[in-house]
Amino acid sequence: MSTDPYEGPIVLPDDPSVGPEVQVDYPGYRSTRWRAPKRPLMTMPEELHALDGPVFGEDALGELDNDLTRRHEGEPLGERIVVHGRVLDEDGRAVRGALVEVWQANAAGRYDHQVDDHPAPLDPNFSGAGRCLTDDEGRYRFVTVKPGAYPWRNHDNAWRPAHIHFSLFGRLFTQRLVTQMYFPGDPLFPYDPIFNSVRDPRSRELLVAGFDLEHTQPEWALAYEWDIVLGRGGPAATPVEDA
Amino acid sequence: MRTPSQTVGPYYAIGLCRRPDNELDPKGVELSGTLLDGRGDPIDDGLVEVWDPVGRRWGRCGTADGGRFEFVVPRDATHLEVTVFARGLLRHQLTRVYLRPEAAPDGYERLVAEQEGGGLRFDIRMQGENATLFFEH
Repeated sequence: MSTDPYEGPIVLPDDPSVGPEVQVDYPGYRSTRWRAPKRPLMTMPEELHALDGPVFGEDALGELDNDLTRRHEGEPLGERIVVHGRVLDEDGRAVRGALVEVWQANAAGRYDHQVDDHPAPLDPNFSGAGRCLTDDEGRYRFVTVKPGAYPWRNHDNAWRPAHIHFSLFGRLFTQRLVTQMYFPGDPLFPYDPIFNSVRDPRSRELLVAGFDLEHTQPEWALAYEWDIVLGRGGPAATPVEDA
Repeated sequence: MRTPSQTVGPYYAIGLCRRPDNELDPKGVELSGTLLDGRGDPIDDGLVEVWDPVGRRWGRCGTADGGRFEFVVPRDATHLEVTVFARGLLRHQLTRVYLRPEAAPDGYERLVAEQEGGGLRFDIRMQGENATLFFEH
């Protein structure tokens, strides 16, 4: 039997005691091996807790930046969807003016990126990038197509569940977040080491959008709702408690 | 509960590097370096962000060019906050670069940029004996 954890199981058993996220390492995701820091992390300098982060204004954005289906002459192939939600802090307060940037594969599961060699077609009408600023209630909204699942060679017959990448700048420097939004009920969830690197199932659930019939646009697009919760700042790394 | 972090993955440039964003101060000094993994190999699908907390200037640079990143940063800054993303990093890492040795407090000597030519050099090593210091967050 191998003693090398990186040759071990792809999906480790749930373990809520490890906290809201894996901070450093997850052997099932092979690329962590030579990249995740191995030494104990240093205590964060005190002044970082309350430090403001960069602010982005409307001038940084184009009018159609939040509509990924209208960036080319024709419309992209795929299932048209609206993805919307609120950006909140842990106390439930809206985070206004947060820059939200997204990128994703096309409906066939192919990224418009030179490194992606998955033999699925590119779509000349889909680049897969968008961005917007949250409004006064912390709301964001994108129009896009549902991304396809794709293979990724992490292990034998590895497939990523469909997901949209999100990057967020909150108000505070410590509220910076890059994450991925998944779609409800994806059959690939139990096999994906990236999704399962979040070992607490309650925390993992926060990565999955809800189907939103109310905001579905009849004869036009399905809708998904996904709220994003950023840290509250202040002394870091307080353990997660039951509500 | 906070929304957990997930890796930036290898395709972040689609969304995050659509235009050059690495000049914080056009009259500044060049700060460059290489992002390196635990084997000493360059990480060519990483992303480095820098934030000057006093001058409130920000930039980011992908490392597709052989792991290399390059910024033009304010000459008068004492330090910059540095955020590192990459495929294989489930959560971003925070570190800091001091632009002048005298600005670094005791214990932070490893975070001082080196003079190189007319600019500054700061390599980021994810692992190993000379690994960069990263902050808990």
